[in-house]
Amino acid sequence: MSVLTPEAGPQAIYRVNPVAKLGATAIISIALVLSIDWVSASVALACEAVLFLFAGLSPRRFLLRTLPVSAAALFGALTIVLYGRPSGTTYFEFLLINVSDGSIELAIATFLRVLAIGLPAVVLFVTVDPTDLADGLAQVLRLPSRFVLGALGGMRLIGLFIEDWKSLELARRARGIADRGRLRRFAGQAFALLVLSIRRGSKLATAMEARGFGAPGPRSWARQSRFGGREAVLLLIGAAVAALAVTASVATGNWNFIVGG
Amino acid sequence: MQNTTISPIQSRRINFRWRVVDIVVASVLGVAASLIFFAWNQLYTPVTAPFEALLPGSQALFYGVWLFAGVLGGLIIRKPGAALYTEVVAATVSALLGAQWGGFLTIEAGLVQGLGAELVFLAFLYSSWRIGVVVLAGAGAGAAMAVNDLLLFFPGADTAFQAIYAVSAIVSGAVIAGLGSWFLAGALRKTGVLTRFASGRGAPTGA
Amino acid sequence: MRASPPTPHDGDAPSVPGARHGGAPGVPGGVPGGSAVQARGWGWRHATRSSWAVEGLDLCIEPGERVLLLGASGAGKSTLMHALAGVLGGDEEGESAGELSVDGAAPESARGRVGLVLQDPDSQVVLARVGDDVAFGCENLGVPRDEIWTRVADALDAVGLDLPLRHPTSELSGGQKQRLALAGVLAMRPGLLLLDEPTANLDPGGVVEVRDAVERVLERTGATLVVVEHRVEVWWKLVDRVVVLAPGGGVLADGTPDEVLAREGAALAASGVWVPGHTPEPPVRRRHGAIEHVRTDGLAVARREGAVLHSGIDLRVRSGRCLAITGPNGAGKSTTGLTIAGLIRPAAGEVVAAGLAGALGTAPASWKSRELVSRIGTVFQDPEHQFVAATVREELAVGARAIGLDEAETAARIGGLLDRLRLRHLANANPFTLSGGEKRRLSVATVLVTRPALLVLDEPTFGQDARTWRELVAFLAELLDSGSSIVMVTHDADLVAALADEEFRMGPPA
Repeated sequence: MSVLTPEAGPQAIYRVNPVAKLGATAIISIALVLSIDWVSASVALACEAVLFLFAGLSPRRFLLRTLPVSAAALFGALTIVLYGRPSGTTYFEFLLINVSDGSIELAIATFLRVLAIGLPAVVLFVTVDPTDLADGLAQVLRLPSRFVLGALGGMRLIGLFIEDWKSLELARRARGIADRGRLRRFAGQAFALLVLSIRRGSKLATAMEARGFGAPGPRSWARQSRFGGREAVLLLIGAAVAALAVTASVATGNWNFIVGG
Repeated sequence: MQNTTISPIQSRRINFRWRVVDIVVASVLGVAASLIFFAWNQLYTPVTAPFEALLPGSQALFYGVWLFAGVLGGLIIRKPGAALYTEVVAATVSALLGAQWGGFLTIEAGLVQGLGAELVFLAFLYSSWRIGVVVLAGAGAGAAMAVNDLLLFFPGADTAFQAIYAVSAIVSGAVIAGLGSWFLAGALRKTGVLTRFASGRGAPTGA
Repeated sequence: MRASPPTPHDGDAPSVPGARHGGAPGVPGGVPGGSAVQARGWGWRHATRSSWAVEGLDLCIEPGERVLLLGASGAGKSTLMHALAGVLGGDEEGESAGELSVDGAAPESARGRVGLVLQDPDSQVVLARVGDDVAFGCENLGVPRDEIWTRVADALDAVGLDLPLRHPTSELSGGQKQRLALAGVLAMRPGLLLLDEPTANLDPGGVVEVRDAVERVLERTGATLVVVEHRVEVWWKLVDRVVVLAPGGGVLADGTPDEVLAREGAALAASGVWVPGHTPEPPVRRRHGAIEHVRTDGLAVARREGAVLHSGIDLRVRSGRCLAITGPNGAGKSTTGLTIAGLIRPAAGEVVAAGLAGALGTAPASWKSRELVSRIGTVFQDPEHQFVAATVREELAVGARAIGLDEAETAARIGGLLDRLRLRHLANANPFTLSGGEKRRLSVATVLVTRPALLVLDEPTFGQDARTWRELVAFLAELLDSGSSIVMVTHDADLVAALADEEFRMGPPA
């Protein structure tokens, strides 16, 4: 299924360690989240737009994958336009709705900010292979391997969910209850899926244990998770984008710290 | 109870070490929850829009859906860190599926929300799993979510909005995540699929 | 219950250099040979039950022996296998008695010495790529990286899985997945190989693949084998000893295959084991054929848009007659069955159900689901996909309510079916807690509540023991005699021989 399988390709971005991708998005996100102003967000967005050209996604794929982010940005902005803190000239007022200069400015800033934080995350994560991510988390960040691999094993079962879901749908039609009550049926199917997955998860746990998983003693790694030059470069790029955005914002006097803002 | 012949000493000592089946099933719950999150991410806007229009901030009444992973995980697995872990897994997978707020912030939100539930379970020393505790854990997750969201996403909003949002989030957490998880865990227990967990035993089975 | 990992010179156990890695250094592909199993008065009780699953078991298996473990359902075979692999769970999951050892040590500390392959192919795949999945066991044992990949190559070769290491595991067939699980176990170089119904969920091709792979492996490594299986014919030639467990404890029979067959053959067949030489007899039937229920004209079937699996299908299904759809995996048998049942839309051509439609249009796919359920009943391959209620009784009531029967009629029909399919004692149980055979009976019962004239069955005898098989065949024969028609999608040659009046053989996908 297209949502779940990572993209693959020859560009360098695909071979970068997922932990570095995580780090880069973290840096940008933290920097941008600290302030709600349109300068930092737009500068970051501009830099990212340039970098996306090297991301290895076709324009169509890019638009498809980033649709949820764009939609969320729009709705977030809409909320702020209508209910943001009023300041400056008020254009429209009704009950609790208050559209003013201040709220419009905040809304634009919010819109750009969500895009600036969300787009690179989507682009980078779309190229992440879960097994590589697990390797990275366990070998580079030294998170406990039992948890990382247990989670990975559980995650793999996701692929089976879709097959099961289709069968569950057909079965409901065969049982005569597919005509009415879509929501109830959805809930029933979701529950059945949960039961089947927990059962499969328990069996998978037994299979993993039977192969020595969770036994005391050191573990070796068949695939090495490397954190080298390429990864450092990605982190630096992330840091540079963040720094540029923050500097531009502070320099133009637009920095608007969220706490106490 | 069926395990009356297990020696009393063993039944009193609660084993806090995670077994492999604990880790895998917690992960499965997290992944399953992330799918629900994903579906809800697509569907929630039209549902919450009227609430948002009438009483801004009240849209948070529906946000409890994003909190149930942690509460359910904690309730079923019953080990320290279960609520936190399940919510973080759910958030991480949801981020991988392309959630709106971008990978890092989605995971961070999961961390905070999971912590909200976890702290409640911790306060009861992971020994009490009654309905009151579960509802409280849901409320705790809701409170954590409110703090996180208001600080990061709505710093520009006015006080009325923030207050309504916070209260709605807590109520939503208590009802959807708390009560909802309670009944869901009960239904799961009846299907006999949780027999490897303490939460799955208690319903008598045939000899 | 968890002992520390064994040091190379542990007590009386034969000194195995590099025991943690399960290989003798310096010897290419060197394996220490089979493991010995010893059980002395051993028993286990699950925490959720009050009776003991296994009690007072005395068993001794020599290194290199090949043992077939038989017994009625509930005799504790699976429990013993899980115990030998050290995965039964500790004190919080149950209680043990007596002693069980592998190579003189407790099974929990012999991880890596014992390899367990289970029944469900999908639940044993750990990682997304073939090579990674096979390497998983080695990683857990701390094998150095270079040696891991050598072992992976050897293991894949031993099971005959000739695929690139980066091949996605989700694209493997059932037989391939089981061989993958076997390879994953082999890479650990175990001395004891445990197979718990490894071929139950596979089609005939897959069964042969797995059996051949196991034979190759045993020849190469000389490991001890313990296999549990209903269909014993597959393993009969391979094993040199048969042990039959009695329900509730102890060994019922123990000896060479022929000895045990001679002594206990009839008893085993009665308890559900597919004993070679005890082939089931086809039931006696009257054959009708008067009314045509469904026919298909130039039907083309597809699971997804555009991926037509088979076209030009022309079939006739008549009352009192049974049509079997057979063919290899992936040919589109299930898809065809479900299309005839009105659950999937035809890609091209028509399904004409004139004999069933009554006042409706003739295409079942156009009927509403509550109109469908009283005319065509479908039983899915996995009964659990069909369960929608919390108790067996409610499950049966769902169909009745869907077609609007009143309370009295509903109760009468439910009562009748509960008795006929021997489910009365389970009326208040949750469907998910039933055993395999009971679930199958329940799924058939739920379909019959609405009294459809046509029944479509997808692999009805999958993974069933001989006793359930006989019951099901007798029951279906009765239904046919009463005027219903059946369309069966199946791999089971015995079933086709017993019931089918016509057979539609589908070739490999175009």
